[in-house]
Amino acid sequence: MKFRSTKSILAILAIAALVSTACIGCKKKSADPFPKSGAVAGWEKTGETRTFAAKDLWQYIDGDAEQYTAAGVVSTSTSDYKYQSQLEATVDVYTMGDAGGARKILENGQTKDAKIVQLGDAGITYAQSIIFRKGPSLVRIVAYESTPDAPQALLALAQAVEAKL
Amino acid sequence: MESRRDFLKIAATGAVLLGSQNKLGLAAALDQHTENGKSKVVVARDAALHDANAQLDEKRVQALLDHAIATYTGRDKPVDAWKRIVPVGKVIGLKVNGLGGKGISTHLALIMAVCERLQQAGVKPGNIVIWERDARSLQACGLTINTDSSRVRCYGNDVAGYEDQPVVFGTVSVKLAKILTRECDMVINLPILKDHELAGVTFSMKNMYGVVERPNQLHAGGCNPAVADLNCIPTIREKVRFTIGDAMSSVYDGGPGFHPERLWQPNALIVGEDRVAVDHTAWQMIERKRAEVGKPTLEAAGRPPRYIATAADATHNLGSNDPQRFHLMEV
Repeated sequence: MKFRSTKSILAILAIAALVSTACIGCKKKSADPFPKSGAVAGWEKTGETRTFAAKDLWQYIDGDAEQYTAAGVVSTSTSDYKYQSQLEATVDVYTMGDAGGARKILENGQTKDAKIVQLGDAGITYAQSIIFRKGPSLVRIVAYESTPDAPQALLALAQAVEAKL
Repeated sequence: MESRRDFLKIAATGAVLLGSQNKLGLAAALDQHTENGKSKVVVARDAALHDANAQLDEKRVQALLDHAIATYTGRDKPVDAWKRIVPVGKVIGLKVNGLGGKGISTHLALIMAVCERLQQAGVKPGNIVIWERDARSLQACGLTINTDSSRVRCYGNDVAGYEDQPVVFGTVSVKLAKILTRECDMVINLPILKDHELAGVTFSMKNMYGVVERPNQLHAGGCNPAVADLNCIPTIREKVRFTIGDAMSSVYDGGPGFHPERLWQPNALIVGEDRVAVDHTAWQMIERKRAEVGKPTLEAAGRPPRYIATAADATHNLGSNDPQRFHLMEV
């Protein structure tokens, strides 16, 4: 009887440990990847984060949504930023079903003039944008102007997002 | 392509602007066919439209608009020209496009230039409605929401809503925006030229996806025949009478979203009543740019804008996609 109850207690503890581990995982997955204002030097978060489920993605990027859906997008979050009160940018975080989906989008969108950047699992950069993937996440940061300090500023913001994924 | 002199000869005969009443009873002087049955498209360019920092020169935008409209109407004075285009005492809608976000939306300078000329032609500020799908799309154009009818109005379908009953043509069954059905007597279409992942090209006809409740349902088959069918819905066909297409900057690949690495500046406006001819002209502009940068044709990329030919077929009869059958004026 005693042996049986010890076994039960151990089983309960094991389940509790599993649940606890799973919850930590959940918590990590749902963490906010968007840096707050001031978290990155010069950058201010100027808009609320908006999130779209896969079925609603057309409301954000009608016409572009299909390629993400085909690659297994689960949800998309977006927020606007401003650098030194002048340079406007948008950060999009696409959460795909798996890393393969993120890789597919990154590779399909790459052009010859892309420069490789060390971010996450793989990343590319242009004068006004940075795109990288990390696990099932694909991040696209786009600035709306080309300024001399835009590439460095975008890289700093991208690194902050990457650290939060 | 014809010279401006040839074109003005046609205009001078009165054949370009027939001053006919359309089905809605508008006094607009527009008619898309010239004496010899051809419609017309004007492509107006200004290579110095953007400065060294890629910023638009607003005064040059106004001048380019005036040049395009003067060429189209055969009237050199802007106010006279606009009086030939818009009816008096009616509500004029300006359907802009802000879907691609701040970097690739109908330029504010063009919208403001059109508003300025409309008012000079006698349209009351409150009788001008700048509109798009939602507030965010309008803000992407740099606009501020305003529903006060003492000033130029500006709001989206998210404010005015959609009709309860769908309308049907061919493959499409859609609920139309009330701004189109109930508020506007005539609509001037102000799209921005973009490559489109599904449709190949988005410009005049495709911009009508912003007047329906669920445009995502019209994407099958490269948006063909949905774009053509949608434009055949009587309310759209009859009210959306004129296109002033923004080809001042554009994306030649990766559209319809903003991809700064694929942005280019054609520095042009494409103007006309024949929406098919306008779209055909815009498509060729994109193809030329793609060839220049070594991109495959849209056909080779698997997304030719087939809806343009569909729109010109006997079933739809929305205009001409045959360059031999419309006057293309490049100025």
